[in-house]
Amino acid sequence: MTAVTAPPAERDPAGGERPAQAAPLRRLLTRPELGSVVGAVAVFLFFALTADGFLRAASLGTVLYAASTIGIMAVPVALLMIGGEFDLSAGVLVTTSALVSSMFSYQMTANAWVGVAVSLLVTLAVGLFNGFMLTRTRLPSFIITLGTFLMLTGLNLGLTKLISGTVSTKTIADMEGFASARAVFASEATIGGATLKVTVLWWLALVAAATWILLRTRFGNRVFAVGGNAEAARAVGVPVRRTKTLLYMGVGFCAWVSGQHLLFSYEVVQSGEGVGNELIYIIAAVIGGCLITGGYGSAVGAAVGACIFGMTSKGIVYAEWNPDWFKFFLGAMLLLATLLNAWVRKRAEATA
Amino acid sequence: MATVRTGVRAVAAVLAVALGVTLTACSATGGKRAEDARKAAAAAEGRANVTTPRWTFAMVTHSGDGDTFWDIVQKGARQAAAKDNINFLYAHSDEGQQQAQLVDSYVDKKVDGLIVTLAKPDALKASVARAVAAGIPVITVNSGSAQSKAYGALTHIGQDEAIAGQAVGDELDRRGRTKALCVLHEQGNVGHEQRCSGVRETFDGTLQNLYVDGTNMPDVQASIEAKLQSDPAIDAVVTLGAPFADAAAQARRTAGSQAQIATFDLNAKVAAGLGAGTLAFAVDQQPYLQGYEAVDLLWLHRYNADVLGGGRPVLTGPQIITEKDAKALTAYTERGTR
Repeated sequence: MTAVTAPPAERDPAGGERPAQAAPLRRLLTRPELGSVVGAVAVFLFFALTADGFLRAASLGTVLYAASTIGIMAVPVALLMIGGEFDLSAGVLVTTSALVSSMFSYQMTANAWVGVAVSLLVTLAVGLFNGFMLTRTRLPSFIITLGTFLMLTGLNLGLTKLISGTVSTKTIADMEGFASARAVFASEATIGGATLKVTVLWWLALVAAATWILLRTRFGNRVFAVGGNAEAARAVGVPVRRTKTLLYMGVGFCAWVSGQHLLFSYEVVQSGEGVGNELIYIIAAVIGGCLITGGYGSAVGAAVGACIFGMTSKGIVYAEWNPDWFKFFLGAMLLLATLLNAWVRKRAEATA
Repeated sequence: MATVRTGVRAVAAVLAVALGVTLTACSATGGKRAEDARKAAAAAEGRANVTTPRWTFAMVTHSGDGDTFWDIVQKGARQAAAKDNINFLYAHSDEGQQQAQLVDSYVDKKVDGLIVTLAKPDALKASVARAVAAGIPVITVNSGSAQSKAYGALTHIGQDEAIAGQAVGDELDRRGRTKALCVLHEQGNVGHEQRCSGVRETFDGTLQNLYVDGTNMPDVQASIEAKLQSDPAIDAVVTLGAPFADAAAQARRTAGSQAQIATFDLNAKVAAGLGAGTLAFAVDQQPYLQGYEAVDLLWLHRYNADVLGGGRPVLTGPQIITEKDAKALTAYTERGTR
């Protein structure tokens, strides 16, 4: 593995580190999250001016919560996208995570933490399956994860019905271990009038971890390399298969966190949920500057994308607008953010 | 390589821990064991009570995948079918066109009776007419009370959404509420709009609609929270499906609001919430009854040429459920028949 020992400055030409001699402004312009930060500030100012009560501490807590539930999943989805792939099964995998945990604990009459651990195994296994199928068959990730998406949707319904006799799980709130698991995955604290959910902490921790991995570890360089040009990366000794598989397992891990939050904050889970959320995660990552073709993007950008999502969806409520238009705003924002990113990148490259 | 190996090692460690925990840790409270203990005494599965020929009845609904409500309807239908010596078939699709095709295929199969929902009446008009022309008795359930008779169905069994909404409006008045929120979890669902406008008709205060994304529970909660924060004068929240009542209750808590929460439909969680006082009341349309009565009526029609309702819909709701009913209903919601 000596092939990948170049100094950090030259390792990822597109995304993270740039040579020290580059002008600070140009360095700023090439940051993948630049467009989304500008967009987020604009959206924030817009709702701060037009929506009554948007700036209250309690409201910001709510917006942060909405952003965090998207953001937790946007992190691994962004990493995966930087690595050149995407995952359509991410939305239902969150539901799978909650269902497995709840049903295992209930059926085995086991401590709630046992279900939590089994659920982690299952979500990691799904990630492993996605990665394995993708790298062995060389089919596009669209096909592989679409297959997984459909299979998981069916399993969620079929197995839940088979095991529980109904399409939603039974409550495990009266079982041992529930209280402590709830503290970890679904607790909250009131700070200065705002209710801060623990998901926000999970989110920040995941963004920090992902940023560190991307910019400071060898694995991070490999992610950029396989996303930029998988064949070239393979030629210089990057283990493409392993890198992509681990990225899919990262999605599994975050889906586990997200799913446990669902379970421990609502106690019962409906098996039909989660469909459609995978696109929301991808939207957050793309608004945040991740290129859908791979090799470029950041975890911070995905977090900003999730913020935009949270602010828009809740800002419309605070502003008391007709929500029929929400999807339209979201689509327009997605297009604008992508265009802005492409333009900034082109300008940056032209002046290089 | 080091990072990757660490990753693999971490996974292996998690595996080992999980296996270890699985082998040792059991919960002394709740879970399947508690349920089995409860069930031990009562074991009364439906057995055929009649010796009439084994007829085949089919049911086609507009249910989406994994919907708790339709699960209860189906349970009622299956238990009635078992009792009536009926071979019961069930299919569903939330796409109008596909639902019509499912009806067509049962007509082709020449079933002895048909139960359909008319959530998208126009899409199903031709298929229902085909069934009637083929001499198959049709009963409509849940939605379509306005079209049922015109399409040639024997009877409609269900709740009138507007009347159910009016009942909620009356109840809110009785509780002295002045400003309420109607939480719609599916944009463009006609029944949802009817419920909310029903509430608006009888409610003396003001009612606002709030649209939320029903497939994303944290989003539902955050939206209700946002609304309660932006308008502290809201003193009642009405959700249109049982799973959303709990999200509303949590939103009220985090928003520090004093609003009372009411919901359409019932599940175990709602029954528990009513008992604990976190929910004010629920309006049940008794989905079990919709399935059960439909099969039973088809059987009665085959056996005895009976018709119920005299050309008018047979209403299964609204039944207002409050704290004092909750206790009795908890056991039924847990077994999934209420």
